[in-house]
Amino acid sequence: MNGNALTPSRMHFADLLRTAGVGLRTRKLRTGLSALGIMIGIASLVAVLGLSESSKSDLLSQLDRLGTNLLVVQAGQGIGLGNAELPDTASAMVGRIGPVEEVSAVGGVDANVYRTDLVPASRSGGISVKAVETDLLSTLSGRVAAGRFLDEVAPGYPAVVLGSVAAERLGITDLSVRPMVWLGGQWFPVVGILAPIELSPDLDRSALVTVETAEEYLGHDGVPSALYIRTDPDWVDEVTGVLPPTVNPENPDQVEVSRPTDVIEAKAAAESAFTNLFLGLGAVALLVGGVGIANVMVISVLERRAEIGLRRALGATRRHVAVQFLLEALLLALAGGVGGVLAGAGITALYARIRGWGLLVPGVALWGGLAAALLIGTLAGLYPALRAARLSPTEALRTT
Amino acid sequence: MSPVLEMQGVTRVYPGTPPVPALQGIDLQIEAGELVSVVGPSGSGKSTLLHIMGTLDRPDSGRVEVGGFEVSRMSDRQLSALRSQRIGFVFQQFHLLDAETALDNVADGLLYSGRPAAERRRLAAATLERVGLAHRMHQHASKLSGGERQRVAVARAVVGRPALVLADEPTGNLDSASSESIVELLEELNAEGITMVVITHNPEIAARFPRRIALRDGRVEADGAPQGVAS
Repeated sequence: MNGNALTPSRMHFADLLRTAGVGLRTRKLRTGLSALGIMIGIASLVAVLGLSESSKSDLLSQLDRLGTNLLVVQAGQGIGLGNAELPDTASAMVGRIGPVEEVSAVGGVDANVYRTDLVPASRSGGISVKAVETDLLSTLSGRVAAGRFLDEVAPGYPAVVLGSVAAERLGITDLSVRPMVWLGGQWFPVVGILAPIELSPDLDRSALVTVETAEEYLGHDGVPSALYIRTDPDWVDEVTGVLPPTVNPENPDQVEVSRPTDVIEAKAAAESAFTNLFLGLGAVALLVGGVGIANVMVISVLERRAEIGLRRALGATRRHVAVQFLLEALLLALAGGVGGVLAGAGITALYARIRGWGLLVPGVALWGGLAAALLIGTLAGLYPALRAARLSPTEALRTT
Repeated sequence: MSPVLEMQGVTRVYPGTPPVPALQGIDLQIEAGELVSVVGPSGSGKSTLLHIMGTLDRPDSGRVEVGGFEVSRMSDRQLSALRSQRIGFVFQQFHLLDAETALDNVADGLLYSGRPAAERRRLAAATLERVGLAHRMHQHASKLSGGERQRVAVARAVVGRPALVLADEPTGNLDSASSESIVELLEELNAEGITMVVITHNPEIAARFPRRIALRDGRVEADGAPQGVAS
């Protein structure tokens, strides 16, 4: 009997896992609810990351499609500048800048457009009339939703093409009935309706006529108010720099140059800011889930004092007890984490499908979600586990 | 042959105001193969004595040797190892894991020994058969009767063939028929060579065992063969 050396208490990892699972299996509802807390937190984190990535990739593909080489030149409208117009030589001057590929001038026409001649003049519907060059649509990468654009109309024929919003406001959807509009005191046939132009939404609210028509019928002076310019994509910044002195050599500061795609980029940046906010909220949800696990584990340790005492009597070391409870917390968190990652990816997939985006859940969100769950589980399980381990066996066994 | 258990001048005082002296200078020795009852009124120190014998608690002073190991010099981890390999426990409340089967509960007696799972289950099955519960092996502990539960607990205590089995009121929660069968089981296992120390309130049980240790106020009042059926 004497003299035989003791081998240290040992436990196989599979047994550790099994003992950690006992508590979870015997209290299924509690297990489910506390895992749900973690699941909600992880799901929101994964969904926020997935949605923001999917939306961002959508915006980027939009940028790709539209091209970032479109520039818009307008007469400055700052204080003291009045309603300045661009010099009428502007279009030709800009066309001589080397990297400029296309220029299309647009001029404002002082007229309103109505569905019929019976509509009171004050109800103009906020639709402006613009004199445009026939290459405008190709410069803007726009397209017609119905009918044709002005370049397919016989020169000199007084026709109107409506922007998408303008058409809607005028109640014109069907071109087969050959609709007419009352424009500047005359009837004009509508020959086309544009699809929304993403790079220049103000054209959506406009009725477009050719410069020739505007000059002949509407008293337009041919002076452009805006130039739409496509440049070589590699020279955008340089062209932006030389545009003001080219357009108006005398008063370059009265020329405004903008890049419409900046708006989309700003939108992407703004979404990132929102993403951070929602990530913060998701993190709070995760934290609350972690507190839930800690709470459940503390209660579990209290309830299972007798089991702890028994295990110590059977030869478990303090470390065995601590690891058992820590693993239990980790399994809980892992269950929540796996559920959360799946739910988050599912939400992203569903939403992306509804919005017509490509699905993009970043890998870091999936692995990060699981890692975050395990981290929270460790933190939440540590204190209860140490408490369980510190319990003296006699005290633990005394409770019935 | 050295004793399985040896105590010299063991005292244990629970701190408090005033401090409660649970054991006051206990000297005793238990040889291999003995079947000993420990009796005494409530508060006489029976449970404290059992806890110190089982290395679940340490004495404030005195010397305890279990299976040849001097307990006071051992770390908590070494004591855990000693319990897992040399000592078996049976409790009044059985302390079975209700979610597990009888077989797994018995196999848990070897859980911390480092033996492979298949061997633990094989030994557990053999031990359950030995205590007459082969037919209940795969029942969940919660489905067993009180007597069966205590049989499972006894099987768990002896599955590793420990040097010493300590039972704390093993029949305290059982009816008289079940009690009788548990006591018979303990006697049989003792006859097979397992040293047993049994705390009991039941004088009939104490009278049946060859040696009786009577405690009063933390001291050994009597130690030896019981004389007739004492109260």
